[in-house]
Amino acid sequence: MTMANTVARAARRGGVRVAEILLLPVVLIALWWGYSVVSASYYTATPGEIATTFGEVWFSERFMVDVVPSVGLLLAGFALAAVLGTTLGVVLGLSPNTRATVEPVLEFFRAIPPPVLVPLLMLLIGVNTPMKVAVIVSGCVWPVLLNTIEGVRGVDPVLADTCRCYGVRGRRWLTTLVLRSASPQIMAGLRQALAIAIILMVISEMFATTSGLGFSIVQFQRSFAIPEMWSGIVLLGLLGVTLSIMFAWVERRVLRWYHGVRAAARDE
Amino acid sequence: MLDVNGLQKIYGGGEREVEAVRDLTFRLEEGELSCLVGPSGCGKTTLLKCVAGLLRPTAGSVSLAGHAISGPPRDMAVVFQEYGRSLFSWLTVRGNVELPLKEKKLGKGRRDSLVNEALQAVGLADSAESYPWQLSGGMQQRVAIARAIAYEPRVLLMDEPFAAVDAQTRADLEDLIRGLWKRFAMTVLFITHDIDEAVYLGQRVLVLSSSPTVVQDDIAVDLPDERDQLSTRSDQRFTALRSLVYTEIQNAKNGPAAPSPAAP
Repeated sequence: MTMANTVARAARRGGVRVAEILLLPVVLIALWWGYSVVSASYYTATPGEIATTFGEVWFSERFMVDVVPSVGLLLAGFALAAVLGTTLGVVLGLSPNTRATVEPVLEFFRAIPPPVLVPLLMLLIGVNTPMKVAVIVSGCVWPVLLNTIEGVRGVDPVLADTCRCYGVRGRRWLTTLVLRSASPQIMAGLRQALAIAIILMVISEMFATTSGLGFSIVQFQRSFAIPEMWSGIVLLGLLGVTLSIMFAWVERRVLRWYHGVRAAARDE
Repeated sequence: MLDVNGLQKIYGGGEREVEAVRDLTFRLEEGELSCLVGPSGCGKTTLLKCVAGLLRPTAGSVSLAGHAISGPPRDMAVVFQEYGRSLFSWLTVRGNVELPLKEKKLGKGRRDSLVNEALQAVGLADSAESYPWQLSGGMQQRVAIARAIAYEPRVLLMDEPFAAVDAQTRADLEDLIRGLWKRFAMTVLFITHDIDEAVYLGQRVLVLSSSPTVVQDDIAVDLPDERDQLSTRSDQRFTALRSLVYTEIQNAKNGPAAPSPAAP
């Protein structure tokens, strides 16, 4: 087979994949377009309008004023929740006694929907960035915490015995045995937390603030800037997709062994 | 060298307590290769865990070179039956073998030479950079054996290490163990449920009774030192020893400490 042949075949395969990915969005946009033109409602902007507005609104100083701080907020809250959830999860996962004492209380706090904490945190912390980060953390920490506990509890006893026999303890025991064993569950928790972080970022910015993505979208809606409002929603969607693609990239690297083990088990 | 004295292990407490091991006493001499056989469920694994310092016995003691064992001793290595579960899937073959050496605080050069020598000895020099899940079952167990050897133990414990591999691989691994035992001058305690394997491998076979366990018999294997899968296994003496161990295990099943028949 010639080189050109291989390249052509790969290109054809790539082309098919791109078509697969784009097919449904194109159909949906077309339907939306048709609907918005026919309905002629004031509240349904056409995709063309939204696209034009998108460029005008977000590729301006607004990007630095509203988008960058919001994304920073999201990442800060997510990172803090990740560290907090994993640390606490390891402690609780390793100690059945502590777990028995703490678990009922955790269940209670977990049951509280984080958005209702916003007014409370506003009173306690004030209307500022730490308050918004606290809202995000209060929602994101749970999936990380609970998944980490499960992961740590699930460390293979044979592997734990192996570590004891060979004197693997302390830091190396924690990183090589406990955290790596639990990493598939920790990553699953982080993936859920990322989705929650986006929601809570928007919600935390909808109350009594003067900047940010959530604030902007509510502001556009109140001032009947309909295409602008739509473009904000589209931006949030794109942000979510970008973050989840980046997360999947990291996960593929961190959990390469895990997918390998599962593939090997399937082949048997 | 390794002394097991009046070892007893009772699990649980109150009404539901189970006496897994009643009263075990035996001694392994320095450099000896002994096999332990017994009927299934006779507490072989409990015994191994007590000897390895992973379980605290209810009564009695285990001592290594005169020192009582209270936790896993530094100069003892263990190979478990569940090779897949005793290897770190996220470390390469080299990483798995090297990990205990890092904990021993050995320098990089020393670690490398120990790892390379061990992998060479088990025939895995070419797979050092692979991950365990990329290897077959027999190869994975070789990794676990290499890890044990690189640790430079004085005592090597093996808990039914070949129970989960196919017959051909098993024969290869048996010969590998005989070879490694001679080359690295270790004391080896090999636990198995397979009578043929026990007689083929050991200088001595300890037969355990059914639970609650005692030592049923202690049989010296007077086969030539050079063993070979074909000729040793067809040797008349091998057959005789195998029958003897088999009879002992049948006795063990019928009741602990039944009188042993005269040696053939």
